[in-house]
Amino acid sequence: MKKYPLVWLCASALLVGCASRSVDNIPSASEANRSVAVGETPSAGAIDGADTYGTEQSLLDGQGIAMGEGEVADVGRSFGSDTYFDKEAIYDPGSPLSQRVFYFEYDRDTLSDQYLDTITDHGRYLATYPEALARLEGHADERGTREYNIALAERRAQAVKRLMMLQGASYNQIITISYGEEQPAVLGQTEDAYSRNRRVELVYE
Amino acid sequence: MSDRIKVVTSRLLLVVGLALCWSSAHAVLRVEITRGVGGGLPIAIVPFKVLKGDVDIDIAQIVADDLERSGKFEVMDRENLISSPGSATDVKYQNWRVLSQDYLVVGNIEQTSAVDYRVTFELLDVIKQKSITAFQYQPRENQLRRSGHKIADAVHEAIIGSAGSFDTNLVYVSVTERDSLDNRRFHLQVSDSDGGSSETIVSQRQPIMSPAWSPDGNMIAYVSFENPRRSAIYVQDRFTGSRRVLASYEGLNGAPAWSPDGKKIAVTLSREGSPDLHVIDVATGRSFQLTRNPAIETEPAWSPDGETIYFTSDRAGGPQIYRIPAEGGKVQRVTYEGNYNASADVSPDGRLITMVHRVGKDFRIAVLDLKNNLLDVLTSGRLDESPSFSPNSEMIIYATEKDGKGVLGAVSSDGAIKLHMPLSEGEVREPAWSPKLP
Repeated sequence: MKKYPLVWLCASALLVGCASRSVDNIPSASEANRSVAVGETPSAGAIDGADTYGTEQSLLDGQGIAMGEGEVADVGRSFGSDTYFDKEAIYDPGSPLSQRVFYFEYDRDTLSDQYLDTITDHGRYLATYPEALARLEGHADERGTREYNIALAERRAQAVKRLMMLQGASYNQIITISYGEEQPAVLGQTEDAYSRNRRVELVYE
Repeated sequence: MSDRIKVVTSRLLLVVGLALCWSSAHAVLRVEITRGVGGGLPIAIVPFKVLKGDVDIDIAQIVADDLERSGKFEVMDRENLISSPGSATDVKYQNWRVLSQDYLVVGNIEQTSAVDYRVTFELLDVIKQKSITAFQYQPRENQLRRSGHKIADAVHEAIIGSAGSFDTNLVYVSVTERDSLDNRRFHLQVSDSDGGSSETIVSQRQPIMSPAWSPDGNMIAYVSFENPRRSAIYVQDRFTGSRRVLASYEGLNGAPAWSPDGKKIAVTLSREGSPDLHVIDVATGRSFQLTRNPAIETEPAWSPDGETIYFTSDRAGGPQIYRIPAEGGKVQRVTYEGNYNASADVSPDGRLITMVHRVGKDFRIAVLDLKNNLLDVLTSGRLDESPSFSPNSEMIIYATEKDGKGVLGAVSSDGAIKLHMPLSEGEVREPAWSPKLP
């Protein structure tokens, strides 16, 4: 969490430096820190200050990365490992690609940078092997209404998809499906259970 | 067989039948009235006399439970009965005046064939010493419970002057093997309004959501995740089980809601990018996009005149209820109180909307009076959801929890009466109250 804004500072700096390619809406570091997103609950009437219960912000809405048709950003250089993945890497339990569940942090509903690294790795795997197909399953914790939670979890899955596409994965390689609160990983009403249910799972097909 | 043995045998069968009924009642929703208003109309309901044959359903008990649940009647305890008339001619009114009863229901049942019955009841005014109404029904064996509900409706209408909602159905999702997440099974079930006579119409290992009734009560639309790559909205005939896919597009397919004329179904689709409302013509399958907004638009609910669709949108930052003309047009915000309002249902009389409304960290059921814009919070749970009005607009059924398990609750739209309806097996969620049944 603490490292996160720093990563974005570097990313922004690198991008500003890449004058030959432009990407829409790259935020400044201060914008990234704000994490303003569609779906943010106004704090009127909230308990405990920033009340994020039930309104789960999309991973990257605060970063506002929009992709133009056919454009690829060089964001991949700033995080993710530099390893080249061979085709069998997705079957290797020792590879970073074995991490298939991405959790969202408790108080801000953003991914910590450890998951950003892994997601970009998966994105680059898909970019390297255009015949590989993946499915992203979005999940939410149980608070709030079911259909609204389906929509929130879809947003999350799509944000992970966008990040993978930034690495060169194509739109058609990745399906997203949202289960909302219907497929919890863990039963229970504690904050710990909730944080383990707020996730996106990746399945290679 | 001698007459005496016949009588003994039939009584034995009745006892055995009742015992079996009780054990199969293991699956029936048990009603616990948690909060009522005193001063219900005193009414006595005499166990129906079995004139002929075997009957294993206690119809009088169904009538009594229905009327108690409405909160408007106080049904006399059976143990206080001093006589058991089977018809109006056997009634001695002073017996009932002495017990301070204003009304009396008597009835009898006879089996007319292996599977057919005749049920007769009469509602009597104890003070005026005369009959108010009387009906006779000819149910098949599997419709006996239903005649109990029809009688309760007739009594409610005759005394209160407005329709009861007892002879109606509920559809809901039940989940079994819940504690072992990999072995969970999801079932779509239809039952009487008291949870009795429940039948499973869909059963699978993947989630089912958002069941919705067609206005004629014959079809149920629902969301299924049986395809691991895509969700789908199905429309299924509740009697034959035959079904077809209404929508299974890329992205989200959810929240089906039938128009009051049965010709259209509003749904949420995200195939155009973000979740938006679309209206699908049931006959032709053609659809048009009703909302066009990058925010989440979902959970559509039609007004009873079919002209307006209420829905949830987070375009202002968090979920609130909005409305739009059903043919398209300007979106207007409806809820301004609180920072989370979602999952609206409109009362059949058009006066109220019920919704999920967050209070602090808790999600509760509230009603909004559309005329004076007053919001009333009706429940006090932690995670109450899926509110649905009864056809007479008087009661709201919803999903809540008890002892950590999902159960159904019901509350009157003025909040005066609260009920819990726990299911013994598994957990229950997402109820929808049927329209009035033909």
